[in-house]
Amino acid sequence: MIRESYINWIVLAGFLVVPLWALSADEPFTITLATRAVLLALAAVGLNIALGIGGLVSLGHAAFFGLGGYAMGILAHHAQTFTPLELGMFTIAGTKSMPIIWLTAIIVSALAAFVIGLLSLRTTGVYFIMITLAFGQMFFFFSISWSAYGGEDGLSIYVRNGFPGLNTLVPIQFFGLCFTALCAALFVHWKLRKSPFGLALNAARQSPARVETVGLNPVRLKLLAFVISGAITGLAGALFADLNRFVSPTMFSWQLSGELIVLIIIGGVGRLMGPVIGAALFVTLEHFLGAFTDFWHVWLGVILLLIVLFARGGVVGILTGKAGPHV
Amino acid sequence: MSTILIIEQILNGLQSGIMLFLMAAGLTLIFGVMGLINLAHGSLYMVGAFAAAAVAGATGSFLLALVAALAAAALAGAIVEMVVIRRLYKAPHLDQVLATFALILIFSEGTRWIFGSFPLFLDVPSYLSGPIRLPGGIQYPLYRLVLIGVGLSVAIGLWWLTARTRIGIQIRAGENDREMIAALGVDISKLYTIVFALGAALAGLAGALVGAIQSVQVGMGEPVLILAFVVIVIGGIGSIKGAFIGAILVGLTDTLGGIFLPQLFKLFMETGAATQTGSALASMAVYVLMSLVLIWRPTGLFGARA
Amino acid sequence: MSEAVLETRNLHKSFGALKATDDVSIDLRPGEIHAIIGPNGAGKSTLIAQICGGLQPDAGSVHLSGRDVSGLSTAARAQAGLGRTFQISALAMEDTVLENALLGALGQSGRPWQFWRSAARRTDLLDRAMAALDRVGLLDDAEQVTANLSHGQRRQLEVAVALTLGPKAFVMDEPMAGLGTEGSKTMTTFLDGLREEAPILLVEHDMDAVFALADRISVLVYGRVIATGTVDEIRASKEVKEAYLGEEA
Repeated sequence: MIRESYINWIVLAGFLVVPLWALSADEPFTITLATRAVLLALAAVGLNIALGIGGLVSLGHAAFFGLGGYAMGILAHHAQTFTPLELGMFTIAGTKSMPIIWLTAIIVSALAAFVIGLLSLRTTGVYFIMITLAFGQMFFFFSISWSAYGGEDGLSIYVRNGFPGLNTLVPIQFFGLCFTALCAALFVHWKLRKSPFGLALNAARQSPARVETVGLNPVRLKLLAFVISGAITGLAGALFADLNRFVSPTMFSWQLSGELIVLIIIGGVGRLMGPVIGAALFVTLEHFLGAFTDFWHVWLGVILLLIVLFARGGVVGILTGKAGPHV
Repeated sequence: MSTILIIEQILNGLQSGIMLFLMAAGLTLIFGVMGLINLAHGSLYMVGAFAAAAVAGATGSFLLALVAALAAAALAGAIVEMVVIRRLYKAPHLDQVLATFALILIFSEGTRWIFGSFPLFLDVPSYLSGPIRLPGGIQYPLYRLVLIGVGLSVAIGLWWLTARTRIGIQIRAGENDREMIAALGVDISKLYTIVFALGAALAGLAGALVGAIQSVQVGMGEPVLILAFVVIVIGGIGSIKGAFIGAILVGLTDTLGGIFLPQLFKLFMETGAATQTGSALASMAVYVLMSLVLIWRPTGLFGARA
Repeated sequence: MSEAVLETRNLHKSFGALKATDDVSIDLRPGEIHAIIGPNGAGKSTLIAQICGGLQPDAGSVHLSGRDVSGLSTAARAQAGLGRTFQISALAMEDTVLENALLGALGQSGRPWQFWRSAARRTDLLDRAMAALDRVGLLDDAEQVTANLSHGQRRQLEVAVALTLGPKAFVMDEPMAGLGTEGSKTMTTFLDGLREEAPILLVEHDMDAVFALADRISVLVYGRVIATGTVDEIRASKEVKEAYLGEEA
């Protein structure tokens, strides 16, 4: 059996090698695919903090992904149409600057996660799953009917947003930016897991009664985890929208929430690299099976079913021979 | 706004609520008895609609189409239960979510494979089409009234089934105590298959009935599934009565909100902005309703209190 | 009465027609072990839940060191100084023994909101956790995954976690349950020494342990305290014999 830390480094290295190879072989599409995988991984790393450590089965994380996407879309839309953004008393200008967009995406999705978490964490188990799903749908339908920003058709952004000192239009540079964000999120997960907060959160997943009995409030711990989780997924959404230069209500769709969970399960719940491995496999499957058959989702479904029924712990679980955290 | 319009909209709300109830009843029954969260319930709705459309296309008979919808959904439900679902009863909710999500992928893409991506159409039979004159001079589509009638009959039938019949007693006992019911000599796995197939048949029936007023296409089940989740969260998971009341509430809120909120905003906003704000908020109304219910009662209106 | 560390005053709790707790007033004085005994279904678990905050009583109050804690959450009562152990171990089974003890120390410190520092480097927590493990004899197993512990060791860990809290009063729900004769003896000896540190409200089925340890015993039957007294008084009580001990003998 292989030690988990080896797997982690190999996966990270793989994520660097593939695009660099693609660069030398002049295969920009492969770089775009790798970027897509990195961003799905980033979104799932966010979810993994709530799901894998905190045991919160959120079927509504697309809400944060979409909010991040629309934070980017709305700010960039106002910048490219030279119209100010009216927010009640305030009027602000749009922007094409990634750092400002990211910060906005993180703050907006963290706030949304706080409100959704506050309401949803009144419940547990199946209720929590259904309620997060319903909140995700709420954003989905809102974005469809809010015609000011494209409604059902979404919003196109003509030129990718900028980052000081980089040319984000060059695929490998944008990849590097996204990869750095992923590494930062992984670092946050790693630090968090080992911190006193992570210790308490991890215990709150396994035994809320125990956590209460030592004088800690499990709901508060989970709420904070949910907020951090939502913020990271929101950042992923902003970058994902920048990758496609397009946002639409599909970023809010519940299928996306489901897919984020799927990525984590394929890779390994609660494992640092679980979401990253899952995203890499997902994008690879999507690309190759997708080229092979129009109905690749059937096969994804079959694979997923087999993993759930026979291989708990996902890829990391299989490779390390350890089942991993139980959610 | 005229009284006639209001009554019409209330009837529309009732009709969509009653159809939601058919979905929600199966979901809540399956959760209440087996403790299973079934995302693939929307797929069974779709299976019913497709079976109905295919049979109606081949035979021209709407009644045969309904029978086909019930049979196909029940059969699909029973097969799925025996092959996949029964391995999940004791599994954590996360596994149930994933496995049933996988089933959605398989069902949706499988249906696309067989029927293609274009919507099918299922026509309301001539003897049920056209408007009917209600007391007070309201013209209302007969078919929608029939839907309300069918849904109410099913609700009464379900109540009778769970309260008055042997299998209903077994179902209620199974909710409380698996071991006891097994000790009584009831074949629990057969009972579960029957309950699952029953829930599936109700979903299939709803799919076929609604398929005649909307188009029949891949992915039609999921929006309804999610609304049905909202319904059972509001009503309290496991409670058929809760599912009924929740479904009517959600149906009315969804329909009336879409009509009246834009009107309401027109009272103090210019028309364009009012329509936009009103319809955007209306699209969220059922979720707001759900949040309010949860703040008030975290386990729903008729849910067992933790 | 004012010297009581932990006290319930006229607690009432009904579930429908069933009176699970019927006017229960008990107190726990410094340095004592006060055992609660009673047949199954007497309402012991319900009583503990009301003392620790899992259930709200219909009427009556709970006081810790003279302070009314009735309105406080479970977590707040723990912070106020209530150290509880569970009948069925409620430990974080995937975590190591040390991590479970660290959790207690973290709760005691009241500062769980640290995200950047490694918990394993918080020497204050570590010292406290190790000291507690040492006292119950689990130091050598500190790195074991809790799920791999024997039943007896889990009971010891339950007590260790309560120790890390440095509580004003212990509430122990059947700490002897499932322990063999040998294990019961060890636990009895340990609890015997613990009463000086903080008094123990002990719910226990093991009569040998109760008679060996208790300074006072309260007998709970159908939600009512039918007698409170020393071991000898309880042994001699006719009502207790009729209501309870008689049945068991």
